Amino acid sequence: MVAVSESREGFEPRITAFVCNWCTYTGADLAGTSRLQMAPNVRIIRLPCTGRIDPLFIVKAFERGADGVIVSGCHPADCHYSEGNYHARRRFALFRELIEFLGVDPRRVTFSWVSASEGAKWRDVVDATAETVRDLGPFDAYRQPAGRTACAS
Amino acid sequence: MRELRELAKKLLEEGTVSVVIGWEEGPRGVRPAFVTSPEDAEQLVFNSRSVHNLATYLNPRRPQVRRLGKPAVVVKACDAASVAALIRETQLKREDVVLIGVRCGGVVGRPDGPAELTPETVARRCMDCEKREPALCDHLVGEAQPAPPRGEGLGARLGALEAMPLSERWAFWAGELARCVRCHACREVCPLCFCERCVADKTVPQWIESSPHLRGNLAWQMTRALHQAGRCVGCGECERACPAGIPLALINRKLQQAVAERYNFKVSDDPGVPAPVGAFRLDDPQEFIR
Repeated sequence: MVAVSESREGFEPRITAFVCNWCTYTGADLAGTSRLQMAPNVRIIRLPCTGRIDPLFIVKAFERGADGVIVSGCHPADCHYSEGNYHARRRFALFRELIEFLGVDPRRVTFSWVSASEGAKWRDVVDATAETVRDLGPFDAYRQPAGRTACAS
Repeated sequence: MRELRELAKKLLEEGTVSVVIGWEEGPRGVRPAFVTSPEDAEQLVFNSRSVHNLATYLNPRRPQVRRLGKPAVVVKACDAASVAALIRETQLKREDVVLIGVRCGGVVGRPDGPAELTPETVARRCMDCEKREPALCDHLVGEAQPAPPRGEGLGARLGALEAMPLSERWAFWAGELARCVRCHACREVCPLCFCERCVADKTVPQWIESSPHLRGNLAWQMTRALHQAGRCVGCGECERACPAGIPLALINRKLQQAVAERYNFKVSDDPGVPAPVGAFRLDDPQEFIR
């Protein structure tokens, strides 16, 4: 892994994506098999459903060195489990309000609905997020609060 | 006070309840009291130093209170909202508790401080409180009360924080939360922190760093705030219990506001309203989702 304290020049953001198995993961797969070019900054973690994504996952990602996070799942009404994404929608709306209130730039977390057929949309989400987070710079404020060095494992 | 004591005595004598949870004068100010015999009902008090939210003793996390038998709890209007939230979240059955409502004209910030209500001493949550008596109760005692002194309540402080730029707000919270010693008093005192096993206590895997360091403190306070979203009634006990003096009630109030604005959920002592987190509407706003 890359050392934590990168300077801003040549900074490449590390982005963790938590995606649902049924829509976005398949969509990302489609983007891959369609040979779409996209920013290589995203590491995907596949989960059963957006409803399975605890906001703590995002917090943990930031702790462990992510500069940005993507959360993506099925469009409303498309959830494999009928209503997981509706629950997630409320949860993440509140999570977003909370981090903004605590002073974390909410642009570091992207939420999106990407269906299994939207490979191109996944590429757009990835590219746009990578761009935004690159502009925001490394998220050292979270990783190394109070000057303590975190180990990026 | 007479009315309250007589009612408590009657309930215990009849055997309607086996314990009355109220307040008494202690060596260091007013404190919670568990009255189990009718003679002891004389020690009950209610005054401006009856600060504690006694609904916390109805939390299912406290089996030692359950073992005392059916309780009657003395509740102010704000405490009744906590009881309603416990019922709403199916942590308590309405018939398992007798609620003695008291008319309240505000309380002071500290149960061991001066009893006189002035804009300096009044608890911050009382400054913009509109409810003088609970609707959710079986008995209502006490005389009509005037409104508490007005002052710069939580809303004003919240507004000031929200007006800050992001980086200043981060600096503010980093400074505040760095002082957290992770004693979890905020969790223990809270009537609505009712997980049987708290995620902060789990070590395999360890989701929340347990050492008192800003990174883990942030994870802990974010988790606590999110778990309280749509539950917290703003009783402010977390902030009062905090030995580091972190303004935790501000975080809770922020999410309370978000839930009110987004999902039209108002804190009330009506247990029939569904809890906003755990429910959803098909047309919930999703302006933040691409």
